[in-house]
Amino acid sequence: MSEGIGARVLRKEDKRFITGKGRYTDDIIEANQAYAAFVRSPHAHARIVSVDASAALAMEGVETVLMGPELVADGIGNIICGWGVTSKDGSPMNMGAWSALATEKVRYVGDAVAIVVADSKALAKSAAEAVVVEYEELPVVVGSVEALAEGAPQLHENAPGNLIFDWEIGDLAPTDAALASAAHVTEMDITNNRLAPNPMEPRSAIATFNEAEDHYTLYTTSQNPHVARLVLSAFYNVAPEHKLRVIAPDVGGGFGSKIYIYPEEIACLWAAMKCGRSVKWTSDRTEAFLTDAHGRDHVSTAKIGFDKDGKIVGLKVNTKANLGAYMSLFSSAVPTYLYATLLSGQYDIANIYCDVQAVYTNTVPVDAYRGAGRPEACYLIERLMETAAREMGVDPAALRAKNFVKSFPHQTPVIMAYDSGDFDANLKQAQEAADVAGFAARKAEAASRGKLRGLGYSNYIEACGIAPSAAVGSLGAGVGLWESAEVRVNPVGTIEILTGSHSHGQGHETTFAQIVAERFDLPTENIQIVHGDTDKVQFGMGTYGSRSGAVGMSAIVKAMDKVEAKVKKIAAHVLEAGEDDIVIEGGAVKVAGTDKQMLWHEVGLAAYTAHNIPEGMEPGLKESAFYDPTNFTFPAGCYICEVEVDPETGVTEVVQFVASDDFGTIINPMIVEGQVHGGIAQGIGQAMLENVVYDEMGQQLSASYMDYTMPRADDLPNYSVHHASTVCPGNPLGMKGCGEAGAIGSPPAVINAITDAIGNNNLAMPATPAAVWAALQDVQSKIAAE
Amino acid sequence: MYETNFHSVSSPQEAEAILATATDAKILAGGQTLIPTMKQRLAAPSDVIDLSRAEGLRGVTITKRKVMGVIKADGGETVTIGAMTTHAEVAANAELAEVFPAMCRLAGNIGDPAVRHRGTIGGSVANNDPAADYPAALLALAATIHTNKREIAASDYFQGMFETALQEGEIITAVSFQAPAAGGYGKFPNPASRYAMAGVFVARSKDGAVRVAVTGAGENGVFRHAGLEAALTADYSANAVDGVEVSAEGLMSDLHGTAAYRANLIKVMAKRALA
Repeated sequence: MSEGIGARVLRKEDKRFITGKGRYTDDIIEANQAYAAFVRSPHAHARIVSVDASAALAMEGVETVLMGPELVADGIGNIICGWGVTSKDGSPMNMGAWSALATEKVRYVGDAVAIVVADSKALAKSAAEAVVVEYEELPVVVGSVEALAEGAPQLHENAPGNLIFDWEIGDLAPTDAALASAAHVTEMDITNNRLAPNPMEPRSAIATFNEAEDHYTLYTTSQNPHVARLVLSAFYNVAPEHKLRVIAPDVGGGFGSKIYIYPEEIACLWAAMKCGRSVKWTSDRTEAFLTDAHGRDHVSTAKIGFDKDGKIVGLKVNTKANLGAYMSLFSSAVPTYLYATLLSGQYDIANIYCDVQAVYTNTVPVDAYRGAGRPEACYLIERLMETAAREMGVDPAALRAKNFVKSFPHQTPVIMAYDSGDFDANLKQAQEAADVAGFAARKAEAASRGKLRGLGYSNYIEACGIAPSAAVGSLGAGVGLWESAEVRVNPVGTIEILTGSHSHGQGHETTFAQIVAERFDLPTENIQIVHGDTDKVQFGMGTYGSRSGAVGMSAIVKAMDKVEAKVKKIAAHVLEAGEDDIVIEGGAVKVAGTDKQMLWHEVGLAAYTAHNIPEGMEPGLKESAFYDPTNFTFPAGCYICEVEVDPETGVTEVVQFVASDDFGTIINPMIVEGQVHGGIAQGIGQAMLENVVYDEMGQQLSASYMDYTMPRADDLPNYSVHHASTVCPGNPLGMKGCGEAGAIGSPPAVINAITDAIGNNNLAMPATPAAVWAALQDVQSKIAAE
Repeated sequence: MYETNFHSVSSPQEAEAILATATDAKILAGGQTLIPTMKQRLAAPSDVIDLSRAEGLRGVTITKRKVMGVIKADGGETVTIGAMTTHAEVAANAELAEVFPAMCRLAGNIGDPAVRHRGTIGGSVANNDPAADYPAALLALAATIHTNKREIAASDYFQGMFETALQEGEIITAVSFQAPAAGGYGKFPNPASRYAMAGVFVARSKDGAVRVAVTGAGENGVFRHAGLEAALTADYSANAVDGVEVSAEGLMSDLHGTAAYRANLIKVMAKRALA
């Protein structure tokens, strides 16, 4: 079947997107809709003394101005973090209250104080400007290290010292002992820079309240509409689930930032009920910088020890994770269970200890962003490995290979049990594609042009397809992380797949159709994917953490198993044959070895007319399934980056980037390559370009594209993407997940290449021209001093 | 964006009349700074006067010196660029490319294609963004800024960050300069905005005098660099630049780079301007 598993089927959804016919939240116009604008704090930390909305309310066309105290009085609940993390001493995490509209204090620039609803967007903005808020400014702290220091400004009363939790994993004493006995110890301070997610489509919401039916509808830019409905119902008390429909129509990118339920959606729903009109809000780009959950922002110290043969004996890490002013939905899981559990990397390490202090600061809340914890882990271990190899004077690839995990399953000391992989195969494939053997000649040639050439490795592993519900529940998750699917074969034989996964760029309408095409030997044009609407789809946990293939598609497979069984029963009955003799191929259901057959659509019709189906069988041909994974999946690979640095300016060009990935079974190689390209673009963005910068007053200096460097085509190389795969034993299709690998694996490869070129391991992300130049000056002053 | 009154005028005189009566009118000369600023509600002009349909403000004219019927491009030609000439038009002007191609290259590296097809030289010069490219060129070329009221020497015109000699009601109509015997522009773009972090324009006139103007790096906008001018007047070569001490004093430090880095860039870009 040309459109089945492994085929490069063109994306079905692209006709809509590239002809401008997508239907995004902001495209939707409800009758008599009003527009919302938010009054936002200009201060990073302040007490609200008074709010005077009289001038705004007096403006013609202003519907209402609503504030925090009224929201609280109406019973709208505080925004929650859905994953409880317990500190070393057994105490629960210290979650400060986060009201959708601030009541007494504001804690970051952009914190919402009031929602203004008016006849037009421009009027709503003008009215928001006319709301007079008197603030009493409070001292500000923006960095995690500073926030933990004695005497630092305090954000939340119930989080003394701004400490949310002090968590640990692994065994301290054996790790310390191993490091003490090590023949070589490499020690580094490693910072993972804060990023703004910047999906192309900014967040948007349109809320409608039907008073006659006591029913709400919310269109919103969500990666997981069912989770949004659940949280809005169970925690924010907007409406019970059967009285709230959440629709995430076409969504233009998320990268994690659209997992969460933000103050704006809650306020729009509440305001729609208060004023009896549909209320629409669409973020502009500045608001996106100021309010979309940021990613990363770790400050770590790390020690890795080796024996005399270069085998790793222990790894010890301390990380301070900046979670911003409030705890976002999954913020606690990112620097703990999604981070420290991956610190073993691709290596067999007997002793690992990591402790993590999560910290409140006067900054935008930080949560999962493409990779979510695994990029931080990968960056840390891969920079340590490369630096250690340089310090010991050994080949960095050989040092890695010596320590690779070689047999599976492999239980690490940090929870994860790797199920499959062939790290040697990825390393070799990447080395050949990158012509590592020819590097010395290329370096010499570059030197003749006055350029410094460097090569860096990153041998990443990550965990995605999160994960057995009981396992994540035992670690503190407030939700189960299964997925659901429904397969509807219509009477005419066409198929609708209802999935709880949500596509916001991933191409599910194509790839999900491919696995159905493969199973029933039908063209993908006969298959429609339905997602993103709580009224249509039974339930779902949404799309993040590269879970839609390994978990979402597995649910479809389970539902297809049931459909196939019923199809075979009906055909066996009609064709008077044994069920075991029935085969499905070429658009027909056949008795093997005979010319007896029913066309596929005849089976559908038979199921729905129910004139001639086995006795006792229910009519219809529609099956659903819930799939709960048995383990994480473990995509892994080897990335090799080659750069050229202009020593006069520090300008660095990525001249070659090779990826060898192990994603298990690949449904559509074209889409997988696109995911890798995009992921590496974001990884190069983090490594060389992107950085959220605050001043000491908590103002975001990088809150526009004048100062926040988004990767552009001419910043990026042509990628050389390869696959050396092992089948994942944990799910029926053998898939591992490819959505985040590029962003996880690439930053250390880039920095390892640049530090190789300039001969200075002390370089932080982003390696801007100014940073690289400064690191080169340090090398020269050292040489001059010697 | 706040509400504003939009005027499309057919002449600078018509614009002048509106400027005289409106409470806070702004000229729209391409809008590459004004429109984004208005959209962010950082500017709220009562009136916006669009010059894009005004006559006589667009195009490049060159008073050529021909020897035996062939354009002699060895400097001294008078180049006049209408205020409403877009960057794309300057970049693509074949006659200008014959007498002074560095100016075409400069224009062709401003912003992105969308900016270059809307933004104009008059708009850039009137705004005098401290990181814009044209101010460095005009200051180094000892250009003349022509307005509806007078002619202003570039050295008098550029008065610091976003500050110019323009007075109320004054509209730039053109800029003009003598094509130099040699010259060029070295630009180090800001990785995010791609404005200049350090842009160095070097121009050697027919009489041998070298002027060097720096944009993007100074704390107070475009400035001339006496040390580089002296060195290059004595020896018009990259080697001469090596011997010059470029001080970090008075240079900008921000999230994109320190003053020391910008001082380094000024030297490197000066050398690249000569290449």
